[in-house]
Amino acid sequence: MAKTWEEINARIRSGDAVVMTAEEFAALADDEGVTRAAKKVDVVTTGTFGPMCSSGVFLNFGHSDPPIRMAEIWLNDVSAYGGLAAVDTYLGVTQPSRTRGMEYGGAHVIEDLLRGRAVRLRATSYGTDCYTRTDIDTWITLDDLNQAYFFNPRNAYQNYAVAVNSTDKALYTYLGTLLPRFGNATYCSAGALSPLLNDPTYRTLGAGSKIFVAGAPGYISWEGTQHNPHTDRDEHGVPVRPAGTIAVIADLKAASPEYFSAATFTKYGASSFVGIGVPIPVLDEDIAATLALTDADLTATIYDYGVQHRSRPAVGKVTYAELRSGEIEIDGKKVPTGPISSLPKAREIAAELKRWIVEEQFTLAEPLQLLPQVGSQAFKPLEINTGEAI
Amino acid sequence: MARKRLDLTFPPRQSLKPIIYHLVKDYDLVPNILRAQIHPAQEGRMVLEVTGSKENYEAGISFLEEQGLAVNEAASDIVLDEARCVNCGLCTAVCKSDALTLDPETQTLQFDKDKCVYCEACVIACPRRAITLTF
Repeated sequence: MAKTWEEINARIRSGDAVVMTAEEFAALADDEGVTRAAKKVDVVTTGTFGPMCSSGVFLNFGHSDPPIRMAEIWLNDVSAYGGLAAVDTYLGVTQPSRTRGMEYGGAHVIEDLLRGRAVRLRATSYGTDCYTRTDIDTWITLDDLNQAYFFNPRNAYQNYAVAVNSTDKALYTYLGTLLPRFGNATYCSAGALSPLLNDPTYRTLGAGSKIFVAGAPGYISWEGTQHNPHTDRDEHGVPVRPAGTIAVIADLKAASPEYFSAATFTKYGASSFVGIGVPIPVLDEDIAATLALTDADLTATIYDYGVQHRSRPAVGKVTYAELRSGEIEIDGKKVPTGPISSLPKAREIAAELKRWIVEEQFTLAEPLQLLPQVGSQAFKPLEINTGEAI
Repeated sequence: MARKRLDLTFPPRQSLKPIIYHLVKDYDLVPNILRAQIHPAQEGRMVLEVTGSKENYEAGISFLEEQGLAVNEAASDIVLDEARCVNCGLCTAVCKSDALTLDPETQTLQFDKDKCVYCEACVIACPRRAITLTF
């Protein structure tokens, strides 16, 4: 009973497609069985809303008179990249402000732009024969920019670490405050709603996939940085550690501050919550089986962030259902848990993407090139070498 | 009956009289220490919730002031800005008094101020800076 992308898209266009969120689909599969659910449903929507540090925007400011070839650029005192053409830049979400530090970073500039606020643009230049101006100080809004689009090199991590701290001191990390002596555990995944956990072997995902990015229609543009299909997997083929990632692209002008939120992790830095939603076609029973998995079926690995090494020791495994219960057990000790990825937002995103497909005929796109497949590439560390040794 | 939250500042080298004992014994007040940081040679601070009759409460405050303590009745307050909150839940990982919890069904943040001990751990844990301490 296989369905094709064309058949599913034809049903979306005619308004006959049956679309469910991953949670709704799992409940249906539980009631009626995977076979019937696979037959009944055309598309399953997923969503996630967690901090994603590898995110940012390309901007084009337009030319001033006389024009400037911007070399050093600040937006509300946050440095943006000056190594592109005259008035192009890339602003990354983690870049801290030169005056306010990590409390206001690139992410906060992007949120201000999304909220329609004016942002101060300052730039300097060495001046050229064709770009004579050497400095500029002005204000811009999102509407003033020619182009403004997200290009996020790594979003929607497929599974993530559960973080604990074995030391005697609190640690301030990108996974939040980790209390001493296993005082808490934090985790960061939408679990059963998470996009890449629902298509664990990347059968339907790759460059060209149409997705939801921060409230805007966008695309998977490439594999994400650190995409690592080669990792431990459970009996369903689902990774039990951080694995696949996607790079995404979308129009900032079509995005919403409801689905993009600037963040600061104390003593770590600025970042942003990014809302990502991915529709997955129910092509056959195999994919339906992974779409039907619930938090009780999905496993994450617990790592000790108190160990300051690249390979932190794993101290156990736990399901997302256990994590959601608010308490897990590590070596017989009860440890309270706290999430970092917002489940209410993930649910909103999956529901909104479903609405796009049902009400606005948002069709699916078969990828032009699938993400690198299981077994295709290794994940390499960075070795510290000398020029001579290389 | 009055129930008030007080922010007490202890001067350095004060006599270290057992003030809590006296509040209970002499003024029939029910003190609940929410947080305290007191060192003999430094200025100290205590956030105290006090329950008792109006007369006893006023007499107790006078007693504290006689001991050289600065008493601030408008004690600081923890405020959650729901418009900024994205319900990530990270604050619940550091809240030891279970004042901040997630609804088991909706996973949205619930703040039960009666359980808050004003430790401020959530203030620095919140990545949205949606929880603030006001004065």
